[in-house]
Amino acid sequence: MSAPDTFLNRLTEYVSSAVDEPSWIAARRQAGAARFEALGFPTRRHEAWKYTDVSRIANGEFALPKDAELSAERFDALRLNFDAHRLVFVDGLLSETLSDIGALPDGISVEPLSKALIDNHEAVGGQLGRLANVDFSPFAALNTAFAHEGAVIRLDAGKVIEKPIYLLFFSRSGSPVMSHPRVLISAGANSEAMVVEHYVGEQDAANFTNVISEVFLDRGANLTHYKLQEAAQSEFHVSSLHVDQSRESNFASHNLNLGGALVRNDLVCDLNGENAETALWGLFFGQERQHVDNHTQVNHNSPRTFSNENYKGILGGRARGVFNGRVYIKRDAQQVRGYQSNANLLLSDRAEIDTKPELEIYADDVQCSHGATTGQLDENAVFALRARGIDEQTARGLLTLAFANEVMEATRLPEVAERVERAVAGKLPERFNLEGLVEVSE
Amino acid sequence: MATEEMEQLVRREYKQGFVTDIESETVPPGLDEDVIAFISQKKGEPQWMLEWRLDAYHQWLKMTSPDWAHLNYPPIDYQAISYFSAPKSKDDAPKSLDEVDPKLLETYEKLGIPLHERAALAGVAVDAVFDSVSVTTTFKDKLHEAGVIFCSISEAIREHPELVKKYLGTVVPKGDNYFAALNSAVFTDGSFVYVPEGVECPMELSTYFRINAANTGQFERTLIICEKQAQVSYLEGCTAPMRDENQLHAAVVELVALEDAYIKYSTVQNWYPGDEDGKGGIYNFVTKRGDCRGDRSKITWTQVETGSAITWKYPSCLLRGDGSVGEFYSVAVTNGRQQADTGTKMIHIGKDTKSTIVAKGIAAGKSDQAYRGLVKIMPRAKNARNFTQCDSLLIGDRCGAHTFPYQEISNSSAMVEHEATTSKIGDDQLFYCRQRGIDEEDAVNMIVNGFCKDVFQELPMEFAVEAEALLSVTLEGSVG
Repeated sequence: MSAPDTFLNRLTEYVSSAVDEPSWIAARRQAGAARFEALGFPTRRHEAWKYTDVSRIANGEFALPKDAELSAERFDALRLNFDAHRLVFVDGLLSETLSDIGALPDGISVEPLSKALIDNHEAVGGQLGRLANVDFSPFAALNTAFAHEGAVIRLDAGKVIEKPIYLLFFSRSGSPVMSHPRVLISAGANSEAMVVEHYVGEQDAANFTNVISEVFLDRGANLTHYKLQEAAQSEFHVSSLHVDQSRESNFASHNLNLGGALVRNDLVCDLNGENAETALWGLFFGQERQHVDNHTQVNHNSPRTFSNENYKGILGGRARGVFNGRVYIKRDAQQVRGYQSNANLLLSDRAEIDTKPELEIYADDVQCSHGATTGQLDENAVFALRARGIDEQTARGLLTLAFANEVMEATRLPEVAERVERAVAGKLPERFNLEGLVEVSE
Repeated sequence: MATEEMEQLVRREYKQGFVTDIESETVPPGLDEDVIAFISQKKGEPQWMLEWRLDAYHQWLKMTSPDWAHLNYPPIDYQAISYFSAPKSKDDAPKSLDEVDPKLLETYEKLGIPLHERAALAGVAVDAVFDSVSVTTTFKDKLHEAGVIFCSISEAIREHPELVKKYLGTVVPKGDNYFAALNSAVFTDGSFVYVPEGVECPMELSTYFRINAANTGQFERTLIICEKQAQVSYLEGCTAPMRDENQLHAAVVELVALEDAYIKYSTVQNWYPGDEDGKGGIYNFVTKRGDCRGDRSKITWTQVETGSAITWKYPSCLLRGDGSVGEFYSVAVTNGRQQADTGTKMIHIGKDTKSTIVAKGIAAGKSDQAYRGLVKIMPRAKNARNFTQCDSLLIGDRCGAHTFPYQEISNSSAMVEHEATTSKIGDDQLFYCRQRGIDEEDAVNMIVNGFCKDVFQELPMEFAVEAEALLSVTLEGSVG
């Protein structure tokens, strides 16, 4: 698909308006714009976009956000309420009033991108775009052209931060805007942190969010990454998360997707040092006409690396889910273990799941397996609950929740787990009832 | 095992590599409408068949060669291929083995297929294809008694045009894909089987394919039709002589199963895989598809793929009839520099349809192989079931094994399961065998055969024996 004029015009306008930027940023912006112009939006003829049609984004009319105003009430209604170092972005722009970074230990910094580029532009500039360059996808190119705000998290060697770092991306209702946030996490040797990216939208929001996150883990670093995506039912959400793991590092991703009209998440994990470990947990829940696409890629580039992936999907209404999980083992990367599983539950005959767990293996001394299943609730389990006096709707509700819980049990943040549980319970069709058992969100 | 010993084994030459010198009547290389007309005329085909071919050719001209497979080969010059080659003795077609060119018979002897003996012993009717023309057909009378038609496709076009017209291209349309379109335009021979209603074919049907004359692509077309409640088991086995230039093989196989019919299609493929540098060897680009058109019909594909330099092959089932069943059992072995991208498609259209996929891949040497499969459950396919298992075994650290299973499910009552594993032969397994006095090579063969057992069990008896032998020949020297 050729790049639509709406985006190109906005791009030209934007690139030329940002004249006071350092030349290297401007150069990257131009490279992104040029790449996007050459690629255009992907079509379903591209293997990676076979099941996801992005023409609704391509044909959309998205302005650039002008301000980050948001009342405390509207903010409180949707945010996660927990003790954390917090950065808040409204339609992609930093809200200084709502952000609350609090006191950070020495050797740890949490900054908005715009500030980090001034304070520490050499270190930040060196890492920014190294994992997600403009060739990764047209969306990455688009992000590179437009990116101006986001978060930069840096941990010096050996630093451990207790409280989670909370990045809230708030999407307002009103005429559609687009944002291209950028997150950069750089964890020094043996450092440890937990980062929560939270995307939430007001009910009528119809915005387009296109985010790139890059994570660098030095030797022995330990990072837990949560992504809780609760965009409004009419929002477009495209994201990619890129992780570069050195030896003995440990990464865990919790990719929880509940909202959005059209969602595409890419996750690329490169295990570049021996004994690096990665655990990918995913849950996607689609209703009505939601479309949720998760593409994950685990690259075992080094011997003795370990990965475990578990994605679960629940689809009702006319929702469509896509899962594409690739496990790659490089030549001579021996003694790798890579496991992957994707299980899906279809709640309706009009829902659809397209799943493709891929293995690409060039070393012989490895243990790899993947499994994918799709089905419905086990009728025997429904019967067992009913035999114990639980009515059918409740039984189905409980079993659906139990299906999701396998992923949720891995979370170490009760606020996130509860939030997801309530959201799932609140979105289940009528024949699945959890009233009185779980607090249901509206 | 000592390295020298290993290398010696690796270098062992392809046992079936030789060329029989028979004067071929070959058209000059190249493809245009005249060549197609020549083929059609040579075959004594009616006008509608020529038009059918030309239509396919025109569609092919507009298509491009697929590039999505996990394969790597130089572009094929389709104008450098000669599209027709027939043994000279064609004009006075033999009625029995005695009339067959002795040189041909000799070829079969070398291959270890004593035609008459084998046919008699195994109760198999052989429609042997040498290059592009069927030269001999045995047991015709017995089949005739049962009402089964088993002949070459050319003969079927002449003798049973109504059947061919009704079914040809209905499972694999002319423009289905690049290679199928090419085949539709230029196919020269292949088999035709028609089993009438209620008939259980009295014997297993078998064809041996050979590719011979240099620069001649082989374009087989096979069509098997099973009427209501009919049953047939069809065996296809191939070997090819050693050649330096890559030979293209683009076959199309169509199966039609009507109500309660059962077609079992088994293949042992052992074409020349090329030498240790990957030079020569067959390009095997095959479209095989079965259509379970009637309710409760069943199609089983069983394949043992050990040969060819490049394999691009996805025997598929369209499960159209309610309660129809599709099965795919496959063993693919690659060694040297072989590349294989193979798998299956199960398209569930009818209610209560079931499919089973068991694919075992063994990669050795510097070979690369991929399982690529699709399980598609259409919205109306209530209670569809699929079970897929694909396991890969890697022997050596220079090979690759890949799995690309696609699942597209749009019915909530479907149950679809997919499992895949990749591993190597366990050192403890080897140790266990060697401790009991079994040498390493035998131990590996034993373990590999055990790995493939689920598939071999599905093969007809005589094929199962051959398959096990083939497996050990293919893997010879790859262990250590």
